[in-house]
Amino acid sequence: MTPSLLDVEHLTMRFGGLFAVNDLSFTAGNGEITAVIGPNGAGKTTLFNCITGFYKPQEGRIALNHPDGRMALERLDDHAIARRAGVARTFQNIRLFPRMSVLENLIVAQHTRLMRASMFSLAGLLGLRRYRRAEAAAVERARHWLDRTALTRFADDEAGSLPYGHQRRLEIARAMCTEPRLLCLDEPAAGLNPRESAELNRLLLDIRADEGIGLLLIEHDMSVVMGISDRVVVLDYGKKIAEGTPAEVRGDPAVIRAYLGEPDEAETG
Amino acid sequence: MPAALRDSLLAGLVAAALALPMLGVRLVDSATGLSLAGRFDLVAWAAGLVFGGRLLLRLIPPLPAMPVLPAGFGNLRPAAGWAMAAFAVLLPFLPFADRNVVDKATLVLIYIMLGWGLNIVVGLAGLLDLGFVAFYAVGAYSYALLSQSFGLSFWVCLPLAGVLSASFGLLLGFPVLRLRGDYIAIVTMGLGEIVRVILQNWQELTGGPNGISGIERPSLFGLSFKAVPPEGQRSFAEFFGLDYSGDHRVIFLYFLILILALATNLFTLRIRRLPVGRAWEALREDEIACRSLGINPTTVKLSAFGIGAMFAGFAGSFFATRQGFISPESFTFMESAVILAIVVLGGMGSQIGIVLAALLLVGLPEWFRELQQYRMLAFGGAMVLIMLWKPAGLLSHREPTIRLDGQP
Repeated sequence: MTPSLLDVEHLTMRFGGLFAVNDLSFTAGNGEITAVIGPNGAGKTTLFNCITGFYKPQEGRIALNHPDGRMALERLDDHAIARRAGVARTFQNIRLFPRMSVLENLIVAQHTRLMRASMFSLAGLLGLRRYRRAEAAAVERARHWLDRTALTRFADDEAGSLPYGHQRRLEIARAMCTEPRLLCLDEPAAGLNPRESAELNRLLLDIRADEGIGLLLIEHDMSVVMGISDRVVVLDYGKKIAEGTPAEVRGDPAVIRAYLGEPDEAETG
Repeated sequence: MPAALRDSLLAGLVAAALALPMLGVRLVDSATGLSLAGRFDLVAWAAGLVFGGRLLLRLIPPLPAMPVLPAGFGNLRPAAGWAMAAFAVLLPFLPFADRNVVDKATLVLIYIMLGWGLNIVVGLAGLLDLGFVAFYAVGAYSYALLSQSFGLSFWVCLPLAGVLSASFGLLLGFPVLRLRGDYIAIVTMGLGEIVRVILQNWQELTGGPNGISGIERPSLFGLSFKAVPPEGQRSFAEFFGLDYSGDHRVIFLYFLILILALATNLFTLRIRRLPVGRAWEALREDEIACRSLGINPTTVKLSAFGIGAMFAGFAGSFFATRQGFISPESFTFMESAVILAIVVLGGMGSQIGIVLAALLLVGLPEWFRELQQYRMLAFGGAMVLIMLWKPAGLLSHREPTIRLDGQP
């Protein structure tokens, strides 16, 4: 087994009396695609928001094994999680910078590196070579991800003017430009047609193979989940009801019950 | 046609109902005390005008859209900018440019500079700041007080005023950090008023409503613009062998604010292409996405507030040295509103748009002073028309700050 990248232990997130995530534990491996599935309202997006720091859980621990040491994500601010722990994410309802160009979206993603290279923009203000070199490198990285997501010819267009499927890919490219260790994708296949969905599968498999990072994925599209994930975690009402390989989870009676409902006792009995 | 008539009748009725309490009655001070007198002719006029206007609007075809600019216009923009800058440099030497023209141009330039400063906060970072005039006031009072208390020259005070205003911007930025959108506007508006009220009431320091007068005028590398230079200084006219003229100082002040404004513009154009500037724009677009990319919104917002305030501080100390007299009355909410209107009308983020809007909003009312109070009517009308024609501002087109193949 590959060493774990993300350890979630006894995570609980309550909103008032509602347990959105209830005593949840699982691990996600390095170089693996871990899918989180479950019916609507099962707490998948809440889990994502806890991992990426947008929510602070009441109980439990979220640890990321980073070369710089183990990081307790529940204690970091959202932007620090992205910057220091290297956790990037996409959103269920795409969040691009719509009035900025596609390329600018990818350059903004490299903000941290560029800020350091430009000494908080001072070097850039003075036009030092050091900053120009860093910016050229950032453009090259952006070009790399534009090529991988087949968006190169849209590079100078406004991000908001792209078709929906392109925007989804751009959001993934933007997240990858931060050079993450863990990429969290919230329903990346939502709204995609079957062909785009198949392209997405290939892109995610390529990312796993080439970058060796961990991918955490919320998905409803079973062709994506079953086709590419190494492990599947199934949530229902905030609790984990099953975990395992796609094949194991598919046959699990608890999962079938959660998705299809309880068999009607009166009718069967 | 009957629909148009019905619609216009309805509008006329609404106008009559509104006009009745507002125009229709008047308090008359007579020997027996106060009494009410009717002015129903005015009500009839108002209702009639609205009815006729509405009918006209319904009958004539809708306003033609503004001519669409040719696609190549984007590339013309730098050229237009250079042409404007060249015109601004030559302006004082043009035959029609008397003292009055240069003086008004100076005023317009102050607002252009303020607009460019506020553009960083509102246009780029998307933080709706309704209290910008506070930083302008801090700059003005910084210069006036430093110069009067410590005898520092304008050239020493200018950077100091910038620093003080910027620190003030950071300070006022903190309470605003957690807020979004309209709430920022309300809080900054309040902060702006607080600053004015403090200036008005802190008699010992600011002189209260009497303000500060006799503020030192700037010199050019030690050359005074006074008719009789102070001891140890030479006068500008003497040094260049000219006859003394009051115009020299007016032209000097004009060039001073031109340089300050152009520096603001250069800074903004430059910083838009740097990580900080791009982070400002990204923050305007989507704060949550920014955070997911590791951008700390706190530092981004504070830097925008601080830098915007710094330019307002520069403009403020220029204002103080030009007027020679400042009082809290120069820093009312109306000023903030005008500066914000310049930025919004110019097209949120467009540098040239701000120049056009400042000419329109500050220049035109100044030139049409003869029209007296009607100029404010024209001012309001112009704003409504612009918002009808160009809801996103005069120049709302945005050029990317970087292109895949080479710089833009």
